[in-house]
Amino acid sequence: MALDQQQVRDIADLSRLQIDEAQIAEYQKNLSNILDLVDQLSAVDTSAVEPMAHPLDAVQRLRADIVTEENHRDHFQQIAPQTENGYYLVPRVVE
Amino acid sequence: MKWEVVIGLEIHAQLATKSKIFSGSSTAYGAEANTQANAVDLGLPGVLPVFNEEALRMAVKFGLAIDAEIGLKSVFDRKNYFYPDSPKGYQTTQLHHPIVGMGHIDIELEDGSSKRINVTRAHLEEDAGKSVHEGFHGMSGIDLNRAGTPLIEIVSEPEMRTAKEAAAYFRKMHSIVTYLGICDGDLSQGSMRCDCNVSLRPKGQEAFGTRTEIKNVNSFRNVERAIDAEIERQMDILEDGGKIVQETRLYDADKNETRAMRSKEVANDYRYFPCPDLLPVIIDDHYVEAVRATLPELPDAKRARFVHTHSLSPVDAAILAANRELAHYFETAAQIANDYKLAANWVQGDVSATLNRLEISISELAVSAEQLGRILQLIKDNTLNNGGAKEVFNALVEGKGDGSAESVDKLVDSLGLKQVSDSGAIEAIVAEVLAANPKLVEGYLATPEDKRAKAIGPFIGLVRKAAKGVNPQVVMDVLQKKLNELG
Amino acid sequence: MHNKTIADISRDLAAGEYSSVEITEHLLTRIKQTDHHYNSFITVSEEQALAQAKAADARRAAGDADAWTGVPMAHKDIFCTNGVLTTCGSKMLSNFVAPYNATIVENFNNAGAVSLGKLNMDEFAMGSSNESSFYGAVKNPWDTDRVPGGSSGGSAAAVAAQLVPGATASDTGGSIRQPAAFCGLTGLKPTYGRVSRWGMIAYASSLDQAGSITRTAEDSAMMLNVMAGFDAKDSTCMERDVPDYTATLNDSIEGLTIGLPKEYFRSDLSADMQQQVRNAISEYEKMGARVKEISLPNTHLAIPAYYIIAPAECSANLSRMDGVRFGYRCENPQDINDLYKRSRGEGFGIEVKRRIMVGAYALSAGFYDAYYKKAQQVRRLIKNDFVNAFKEVDIIMGPTTPTPAFKRGEKTADPVDMYLEDIFTIALNLAGLPGMSISCGQVNNLPVGLQLIGNYFDEGRLLNAAHQFQQHTDWHLKTPDLKNLTGI
Repeated sequence: MALDQQQVRDIADLSRLQIDEAQIAEYQKNLSNILDLVDQLSAVDTSAVEPMAHPLDAVQRLRADIVTEENHRDHFQQIAPQTENGYYLVPRVVE
Repeated sequence: MKWEVVIGLEIHAQLATKSKIFSGSSTAYGAEANTQANAVDLGLPGVLPVFNEEALRMAVKFGLAIDAEIGLKSVFDRKNYFYPDSPKGYQTTQLHHPIVGMGHIDIELEDGSSKRINVTRAHLEEDAGKSVHEGFHGMSGIDLNRAGTPLIEIVSEPEMRTAKEAAAYFRKMHSIVTYLGICDGDLSQGSMRCDCNVSLRPKGQEAFGTRTEIKNVNSFRNVERAIDAEIERQMDILEDGGKIVQETRLYDADKNETRAMRSKEVANDYRYFPCPDLLPVIIDDHYVEAVRATLPELPDAKRARFVHTHSLSPVDAAILAANRELAHYFETAAQIANDYKLAANWVQGDVSATLNRLEISISELAVSAEQLGRILQLIKDNTLNNGGAKEVFNALVEGKGDGSAESVDKLVDSLGLKQVSDSGAIEAIVAEVLAANPKLVEGYLATPEDKRAKAIGPFIGLVRKAAKGVNPQVVMDVLQKKLNELG
Repeated sequence: MHNKTIADISRDLAAGEYSSVEITEHLLTRIKQTDHHYNSFITVSEEQALAQAKAADARRAAGDADAWTGVPMAHKDIFCTNGVLTTCGSKMLSNFVAPYNATIVENFNNAGAVSLGKLNMDEFAMGSSNESSFYGAVKNPWDTDRVPGGSSGGSAAAVAAQLVPGATASDTGGSIRQPAAFCGLTGLKPTYGRVSRWGMIAYASSLDQAGSITRTAEDSAMMLNVMAGFDAKDSTCMERDVPDYTATLNDSIEGLTIGLPKEYFRSDLSADMQQQVRNAISEYEKMGARVKEISLPNTHLAIPAYYIIAPAECSANLSRMDGVRFGYRCENPQDINDLYKRSRGEGFGIEVKRRIMVGAYALSAGFYDAYYKKAQQVRRLIKNDFVNAFKEVDIIMGPTTPTPAFKRGEKTADPVDMYLEDIFTIALNLAGLPGMSISCGQVNNLPVGLQLIGNYFDEGRLLNAAHQFQQHTDWHLKTPDLKNLTGI
């Protein structure tokens, strides 16, 4: 399956990835090759096959409803790009 | 043209668990920013979610309460979108296999009839954090304390036709989740939020019109007002031959209008897929039945019982059953007094008036249900008259009690409100009053027979002044007897 | 000292031949003097290592030592280490000092091991050659013009260059077994769910599994003894007893039934590679094992299925790398989307961006059924192939890779060329099965790996079979000629 350049830009946008315009053609080629590779699956008849999300047919374990965490804000915010008064700062988001 | 309004609601209810849906952080409201956000809630690299069993139990409880199919296998999916209050870049939710399937509730309409509204589904998901836009010199501050708080999103069928119906549906859901104890129902803290999907179609047409979604409406009143404002806006556009744009809108309560949300302009492709960090949640009938056994009596059942077993009027019953705590208060008092009607009158009268006057909830009222029950007992055995009962009640409201039923009796004594019904004692008081007021007696005796009923009034006042808490009926009987003897 | 195995060091420390501080200092010096040839370490945590070594020696002096006390090793930089830079080979995390330990890091710390530092890797474990690291390519000690394999190339190169006796690693599509094969080492990828994933930075959550690269199967068993076990913090980690994997190493393999999948011995596999693998099988027959040809008919679908599932999962897993709470943030973001797009655009390398975009595309509206659902269905077909095979055989063997280590730059032009490298390893990850690679021969003086595939949670049998091979052959003892490169 070949992608066109606009599709490449759209996917990059959806994925919040800045891609240099000069690189779009290379992405287009490589992504199209990858999609050609995976398109082999379309020839397989899987009509009676249940999709498998996990390798083991295990079920979710449940956690008791207990508060086990303490406040480690200072520790966690040491590695943050920008904080103030305990908040993480980002460019203003408007609703 | 005649338009028909089509409304569907999506209600997000925060589950009242102690810890978050996928981590051991506290869900308590009001903590300092990011002090209740651990590595999982912050979406740090390498962390993993583990599902909270209480969130599951609460969701199943809800499903049983609305008579829904329970998903014996439910699956968590990732809903992908970038937003700073969504730390992982996806929300963990349930798309294809929700914990609760098709169910229904009945809402009561203003004309006294009821209407069934089907609930498409309810699924478990995690709440997002909060963005604060003030006080950060042009930037936004992100607080992730709320991120990971468990939610159920309750999705209705588009079966409501007026804003009033939608508000009634929201109220009823509020009543159900608070009855179940799975949500604290505090709208002001965002414990329940409502998204309203609104569209119009020409009357008689089957196909739905283009809808808009009003996000995050957080009061019963605003649900009604927001929907009415949106109906009006859409009708204006349609009447002018315009087209409705499918979009997300916000309700501005100050201006009483809705406006399009800027941040959601780009159509999102959420790229749902099963969350590989969580396994399918499998429960069996045994589990479901065990949860069913813990279901409390729900508002509809309680209302019906109030009407059929305790002979309350349907209107009284509906009011008293709507709020779990109020209903519990009422029933506790009624059982102590063994008189549902008397208790209903008091709860809807003095109790409600007091709550309104003080702007408090029933749980904050200084008069306990046990105390009200004792007051009602004393009314019934003629120890208190109505005025005395109100006086005791008001004294309790002012904090002159300790919550115990005994403190009612103490107050009755200390305030001297005990009603004297012993006719011997009353005869003595009456004799004193008549002896001390010979002119009045003369006047009474001069009054013609047919006007004496009115002329007895001053004597009653004097007797009650001389002795508080005398039984007015007995006073009347004794007075008439004594005066007639004189005349 | 540096050519010793974990088991050797454990015995030497117990016998008082040298102290933990001594061997730790020796290896730290060796890393300083020689690792510029291989670029296998991203971070050398000298201070912490020496502190751990001192503590271990004190523990031994107090009579409280066990097998791992004071034994040096290192961690792939995919595992979070509290207070130590954890980059995952990416510019995105080039400033990320992890605020907590991965469970397996915690396990090694508790066992008394000494961590010398963090090992290079393909960026976010995406690659088969270790050329995609932000910290530069890792070089194969057997031939420094060649790749060490990936993504755990740093783990393999460090062990092959005798900088550490063993290292943790992770395997999503072959990232332990292929580098082990390329560097003449023993690599173990346990069953999915055997080892906790907590603190291992996720690439593809349903495929990722932590394991080890060592010189011998015995060391591999010692590593697994520390790593394996239930972890309440990982929903996908299984609650099963952990046997002592060293206890069964010497069991007889008389009567062991080995399955040889005909799809793994295809005509395009070079005669030289075929010969080395067949020689190894003959050794097993000499030891009393029986050989049976089997078929894994959906083998050819493993790579296509993988390149939908892994990118789809990674596209979501890497969304948290957004420049808000940790990691790289671009300069002067104009608005929130600019912050996201430039932080991610500048922070991720090209292969990571490619896979995120493939994943986003495969999951996007209208394509889900054709791509993702289809791949999940094919995944079941692949698993069923193995389930059926294990009804007839105890263990499956074949080549680990189609070729020995290739040259740097040889497969970087078209990513698909690189993807095809993983043809024999990738199916195990889709099925969740355990696998090993052990060195079984050479082609053009480069090591060749034999892959051993076990049934679910049958690591004990895999290790037993690998160990028995190493008792009868000496391929695992062969080391690259390091003299012309190393100072000491």
